[in-house]
Amino acid sequence: MTVDHRTTALLLFALFVAVTLGITTWVSRHRQGSAEEFYAGGRLFSPMENGFALAGDYMSAASFLGISGLICLVGYDGMLYSVGFLVAWLVVLFLVAELVRNCGRFTLADVVAARMRERPVRIAAGTSSVTVSVLYLVAQMVGAGSLVALLLGGTGGAAQAWTVVGVGVLMVIYVSLGGMRATTWIQIVKAVLLLVGTVALTVLVLLRFHGDLNLLLHTAAERSGHGDAFLAPGLAYGADWTARFDFISLGLALVLGTAGLPHILSRFYTVPTARAARRSVVWAIGLIGGFYLMTIVLGFGAAALIGPDAVRASHASGNTAVPLLALDLGGGAGTTGGTVLFAVVAAIAFATILAVVAGITLASSASVAHDLYASLRRRGGKPRSEVAVARVAAAGIGLLAIALGLLARDLNVAFLVGLAFAVAASANLPVLLYSLFWRGFTTRGAVWSVYGGLVPAVVLVLLSPVVSGSPDSLFPGVDFQLFPLQNPGLVSIPLGFLAGWLGTVTSAEVPDEARHAETEVRALTGAGAV
Amino acid sequence: MQPSNSGDVAYDDPWYDALASGWGESAGAGVPPARRERDTTAAAADVYLEVQRSAAFQEVRRRYRRFVVPAVFVFFTWYVAYVVTATTSPDLLARPVAGAVNVGLLAGLGQFLSTFLLTWAYVRHARLRRDRAALELRWGAQELARGRGGPS
Repeated sequence: MTVDHRTTALLLFALFVAVTLGITTWVSRHRQGSAEEFYAGGRLFSPMENGFALAGDYMSAASFLGISGLICLVGYDGMLYSVGFLVAWLVVLFLVAELVRNCGRFTLADVVAARMRERPVRIAAGTSSVTVSVLYLVAQMVGAGSLVALLLGGTGGAAQAWTVVGVGVLMVIYVSLGGMRATTWIQIVKAVLLLVGTVALTVLVLLRFHGDLNLLLHTAAERSGHGDAFLAPGLAYGADWTARFDFISLGLALVLGTAGLPHILSRFYTVPTARAARRSVVWAIGLIGGFYLMTIVLGFGAAALIGPDAVRASHASGNTAVPLLALDLGGGAGTTGGTVLFAVVAAIAFATILAVVAGITLASSASVAHDLYASLRRRGGKPRSEVAVARVAAAGIGLLAIALGLLARDLNVAFLVGLAFAVAASANLPVLLYSLFWRGFTTRGAVWSVYGGLVPAVVLVLLSPVVSGSPDSLFPGVDFQLFPLQNPGLVSIPLGFLAGWLGTVTSAEVPDEARHAETEVRALTGAGAV
Repeated sequence: MQPSNSGDVAYDDPWYDALASGWGESAGAGVPPARRERDTTAAAADVYLEVQRSAAFQEVRRRYRRFVVPAVFVFFTWYVAYVVTATTSPDLLARPVAGAVNVGLLAGLGQFLSTFLLTWAYVRHARLRRDRAALELRWGAQELARGRGGPS
């Protein structure tokens, strides 16, 4: 990697930072400091804008670099990720988006607390939302650090550490100064950049093969050294039954976790009505579906043009496949085209990380201020003071994420993302679905279902091979591994649902019929929705 | 805003029913307080019970459930079957179909296709079968509540 790559990439990235800071200043020029404005951008976004922002929130660098890289290395098995990430949106569209828009104001806890005793439910839902957000945030920070080392050749630990700090500071600035309005526009800019970059690369790959997908697949299979097995499942997850169950577990977490991610849920409050929320999900499904289809082409393209061995030599888990592919498509190393295209891809990857962390930070600061702080300290505080708390919370979460990001620098990014999805699916989804659809659901059921999903998910990870007992673990020296799977979803998601049911049937509380009626009528008609 | 403004023109564009919902007037200083802090009188609570028991609401709920329950069942089964088949019997998906394309690639693309199709079907069903009735119920409930001095 020559200096040219680095300079061009840094210039492009500086441009993105300048533009996003400009957006932040511009949207906050008439700031009023209301909660409506800070958490929900005044609920004034159009479905198309929110659809792009949803797509921007969802398509992380893990998708852009990780999935294509995985497909390049293990072929078909990598494609299973693309499918899971997309199908998950049907859960969001059918069961969550419209109803949540109608029932809540800013957070997941709003929807649940409407029917229950507010304090315990808010504390539970707030805690699990913050946990999910911080896990996801750390994953992105770690990704940012390794990305800079990877793409800009700054292999030293210092460059990585400063990247984590820089990303953390920028996201706190975006969120605490610009709130939801700035965050949404940054997501939109990023989503457009990411999609344009992906389309350009895909077109170049297809042109290279004269539009012949058959030739592309054949070349990829040949070059991989696995032959036709490269185009069929089994290379990554077919080794033994543990690996198979691990994949099924991950697949469940992916498809059920999306609907419980706090930063996705909070996006539905930025549009005026439930129907606008529905239409923004349709936009998001279109954009995300197209994006994941293209990552498949890019992955097989990288396998065909670069070859898995060359990619593996550059980065063991394949994250450099797309940048290397860009270099090759632009004309190869040393050419202007190659340099520019490589730098563009690197800058897009940075932009992706920066936008995603801003979205998550905003959602978690809302959970801290609107749910936890409001319940624990001063019930019924003024909206203005709540926003002030949220701004401070954003800075606090930024600091926490920087610290954890530096600590977890060597942790596998994909594992952290998978864990965040698993916790969201175990702790947030059951309580959300029960509140919306179960007449007899009670406060104790709500609290149990949150903790009954959250605690097993976290404990099972601590007892998994990820943390101890194998050479790749976080603590390879000790062995307290009791649970064989890396992803806890297969066990913890059913436990979350079971705990909610158990808590409800054992509680003496009689479900409030009137409040259930209110939730149901509001959810389906929008009467009384803010 | 008058409920009568939510006629056909307004109906097709969410921006119009958005304005009609009343949040537009309260933007800025008069942000509505949290709903728990709001005056939830017994009369207002009755409104929701009354609407919930009305035949019109039951019909909207029935239509929603009759689409969503089978649709969730179909896509979830199809997805889980796909993942389980891919991990337990890869040979089945490795069967060649034409050229480099095998059953697995077709199944994967089929997941994308079914997601797009179900999205389209849901939106169409909601637009044709639910939206108008839901909007009328919304106005009905808010009128009723206003008449009794409740929220809105």
